[in-house]
Amino acid sequence: MHKVVIPIGPQHPALKEPESFSVTLSGERIMKFSARLGYNHRGIEKACEERTYIQDVYLTERICGICSHAHSTCFVQAVEELASLDVPKRALYIRTVVSELERIHSHLLWLGVAGHEVGFDTLLMYSWRDREAVMDILAMLTGNRVNYGINTIGGVRRDISTDQAKQILKAMDTLEERTKYYIQIATQESTLIQRLSGVGVLSHKDALKLGAVGPTGRASGVDRDVRRDDPYAAYGELDFKVITDNHNDVYGRTLVRMGELLEAYKIIRQALEKMPEGPITIKAPRKIPAGEAISRYEAPRGEDVHYVKSNGTEKPERVKVRAPTLANIQTVAKMLEDRQLADLPIVIAAIDPCFSCTDRMTSIKRAGEKRKVLAWEDLRAYSIKWYCEHGIDFTMLNRKMARKF
Amino acid sequence: MIRPGKMLKQVLNSIFKRPATTKYPLVKKAMPDRFRGKILFHPELCTGCKLCMRDCPSNAITITKVGDKKFQCEIDLGKCIYCAQCVDSCMKKALEATKEYELAVLNKDKLKVKYDAETGEISTG
Amino acid sequence: MIGIFYLLVFPGFLFLSAFGLAAEFLDRKLYARLQNRIGPPWFQPLADFIKLASKEEIIPDEANPTIFKLMPVLAITATVTSFFYIPSWSQKALFSFSGDLIVVLYLLTIPTLSFFLGGWYSTSLYSKIGAVRALTQLFAYEVPLLMSLLAPALLADTWSLSEMAVFYSVHPWYLLFNLLGFAISMIALLGKLEKVPFDIPEAETEIVAGTFTEYSGRLLGLFRLGIDIEAVVGASLLAAIYMPFGLGIGPVLGFPLFLLKVTAIIAMLSLSRTIFARLRIDQMVRFCWKYLAPLAFLQLLISLTMKGFLVR
Repeated sequence: MHKVVIPIGPQHPALKEPESFSVTLSGERIMKFSARLGYNHRGIEKACEERTYIQDVYLTERICGICSHAHSTCFVQAVEELASLDVPKRALYIRTVVSELERIHSHLLWLGVAGHEVGFDTLLMYSWRDREAVMDILAMLTGNRVNYGINTIGGVRRDISTDQAKQILKAMDTLEERTKYYIQIATQESTLIQRLSGVGVLSHKDALKLGAVGPTGRASGVDRDVRRDDPYAAYGELDFKVITDNHNDVYGRTLVRMGELLEAYKIIRQALEKMPEGPITIKAPRKIPAGEAISRYEAPRGEDVHYVKSNGTEKPERVKVRAPTLANIQTVAKMLEDRQLADLPIVIAAIDPCFSCTDRMTSIKRAGEKRKVLAWEDLRAYSIKWYCEHGIDFTMLNRKMARKF
Repeated sequence: MIRPGKMLKQVLNSIFKRPATTKYPLVKKAMPDRFRGKILFHPELCTGCKLCMRDCPSNAITITKVGDKKFQCEIDLGKCIYCAQCVDSCMKKALEATKEYELAVLNKDKLKVKYDAETGEISTG
Repeated sequence: MIGIFYLLVFPGFLFLSAFGLAAEFLDRKLYARLQNRIGPPWFQPLADFIKLASKEEIIPDEANPTIFKLMPVLAITATVTSFFYIPSWSQKALFSFSGDLIVVLYLLTIPTLSFFLGGWYSTSLYSKIGAVRALTQLFAYEVPLLMSLLAPALLADTWSLSEMAVFYSVHPWYLLFNLLGFAISMIALLGKLEKVPFDIPEAETEIVAGTFTEYSGRLLGLFRLGIDIEAVVGASLLAAIYMPFGLGIGPVLGFPLFLLKVTAIIAMLSLSRTIFARLRIDQMVRFCWKYLAPLAFLQLLISLTMKGFLVR
C-alpha cells in the first residue's frame, strides 16, 4: 500500500503540550515513528545561573505545572546538602504530605486524560470533578492550586494546623472511595479494556534496556522506586508498598497508577499521625559553600534528577535537570512498532508525557571541535541551506507569500 | 463481571444531583485564607531595607525613598508571580497578601500599581 | 405551489432544521447532566450555526472546489428528501409508493458517501484517513442495519412504509416479534450517525477532525446541520418502523406523539454516548460482523417463520 507520512504535532488535539512526531503510515499500520523534541525549551537552566538560590526555588517550581513541587523539592534538597543544613523533622513531614497530595492530583489528572484520548469523556469529567477535592486541600494548605511555593531553603514556609489536618483526613476518605470505584470501572468496563489492553506492549527486557522509569517501567516489572531505594524527606520512616505489575501494557500502567493512589492515601494518613512538633524552618545562609550535589526524587512520572554546582557566591554555577519523561520517550517508538494509528494517542498518553519538564539543552562536544557563535541572519541562512540539502525548498512558498502580502 | 456500560448507574444518578460546575461570573468562589493574591503595602511600617526587592524572583517590586522615613512602593502586577516571598522576607510585616485575584485589565499600563508613601492609596498607570 | 411549501417550510427544510437544532440541544444538555455538569443554554446550537455562517470560508489550494462546496448541500438534500416518505404523525406519509422503504434506505447512505467524497477531495492527510474510515465503517454497519429494517417489512408483506404503518395499526401485537430488530438497529444507527462508540471517522484525538478538518465557515455549519437532520430523520425512521402505534389518532394528537417518540430515541443515543469508550476500527468491524450480523439474520428468520404461521 502507498505510504503516507503524517505529522502528529507540534499542535494536535492528542497532545497536551507541543512536541513533533512524524509517523509513516501504510493504511492504518504504523511503519516508522520518530520524535523531535525541543518545542518547550525556555532556557531555564541558564536562567537559574543568573538568579540567587532563593529566587531559583520559585524558578525551578515553574519548570512544570503538574510536577512543580517535585522540581522545587529536588532542587532545595541539593542546595541543603551543599550547605550541610539540618532540616527540622516537621518540615520533612510537611514536604512529604504535599508530595503525596501532588501525586494524587497528578494521577487523577492522568486518568481523565487517558479517558479523553480513547473517547470516554465521562471518565474525564468524573475524575476531574473528584480531583477538585485535592486542589481545594492544596489551596487551603499552601495558598495556591498549582505552583505551591511551600519550599524554602532550610524548610517549609507554612505549617499544618490540627484543623487542617482533620480536613485532609476527611478528604482522604472520600477520595479513597472514589478511587476504588475507578478501579472497578477500569477493570470491568469492556470497551475500555478493549482499548487499553494489548496496547503499547513493552517487555521487561526492553524496559531495562531503554531505561524506563516510574509507572511506565513498573508496569513492565522493573522494581525501582526512589522513595524506597534512596529515601528522602520522611519516606525512610513511613511504611508503604511499591506497586509493580506484569501486564507490560497500558492496562498495567493504569493499574499501577491506581495502586499508587491507594498507597498515597495510606502515606498521608501515616505522616499526619506521626508528625513531630518543632520548628518548620532553619536559617539558611545566602552564600552557599562551593561543591556539587545530586538529588533524586520520585515525581509522579518517574525519577527526577537535579545536579547543582555551587562556587561560594549567592548564585549557582550550574543547574542541570533530568526529567522522567526524557527517559520514557525512547520507549514510545518501541511500543508503537507494527501497531495501528488509533493506538497512538493512548500510547503517548500512557507514559504521562510532560514535555515542559523534558526540553533541556544537551551540548555534545566532539574532540577537536571549537564552539561557534551565530548571528540571527547567519542562523537563517544556515537553516535555509540545511533544508535545501534535505530536499525541502522554500523559495516557491516565499514567492507566494510575498505576492499575497 | 466484565460488561459494557459499567458506569450506567452512577451516570443516571447524576441527573438528580446538583451539578458540580458553577455559573461563573454570576457565582464566585471564595478563596481560602492563605491565598496569595494581590500584594498590599503598608507604608508606615516600611524601613526601606529593600530585602523584598532582593528576593523577588521577577523584579516586580520597587521601593523608592520620597522623604525622611517615607517610602513609596510600585508593584508591576504583570511581572509578579504571586509567590509572596516578599511578604516572608519583610521583617517589619509591611507587605500583606490579599485574596484579590480578578486582576485582568485591557491596558497593560494599568498593571503598574503605585502605593502612595503617606496614605498607602493605590493609583494605577 | 403547495409542493414548494412542503419542500421548504413544513415538513421540509425549515421544520427539519429547527427540529435538528432542538435535538442537538437536547443531546448536549442530557450529555452534560449525565456528567454532573450544567450544560449549554437552549439557543446554543443556533448560536453555533450563526457563528459558523459568519466566518470566512477557506478552501485549500489543492482541493477540488466544486466537490468541496457541493458535499454539504448534498448531505442535507438527501436527508430532507427521505423524510417525505416516512409516516411520522399519520398513517400515510406525504408521498408514498410501493418500494419507498428501499428508496429511503438508499437516500440515507448518501450522507456517508458525501463525507467520504468531501474528505477525499480535501486532499489533506487527516481528511483522507477520516474519509477511508467512514467507508470502512459503512461496510460494517450497513448489512445489519438493512437486514433489521427489512425484517418488519417481510412480516407486513409490503415494501412501502405507509402500508407497513397501516398493517401494524391493524395488528399492534406483532410489534413484539420485532424487538430484537429494534435493539440491533439502535446499535447500527450509532454507527450511521457516527456517535461514540462508533465515532471513529471523526476521532478528535487521533485525526484532528477527520473529514471536516479543512472545512470552515458556512460549509462547516451546513455539514453540522446535515448531521443534526440525519439524526432526526434516522430516529423518525426507527420510530415509524418499530413504534407504529398511535398513528391513526389524527394530526393534533399525533404530532406531539411523534415528537415524544423521536425524543425518546435521541435520549437513548445520548445515553450510549456517555457510557462507552470509542472502539478501534478493526474492533468495530469485527464486532459488527461477529455479533450484529448473525443476530440480524436471526431476526429475519423470526419474521419469516412468524409470517408463515400468522398471516394465513
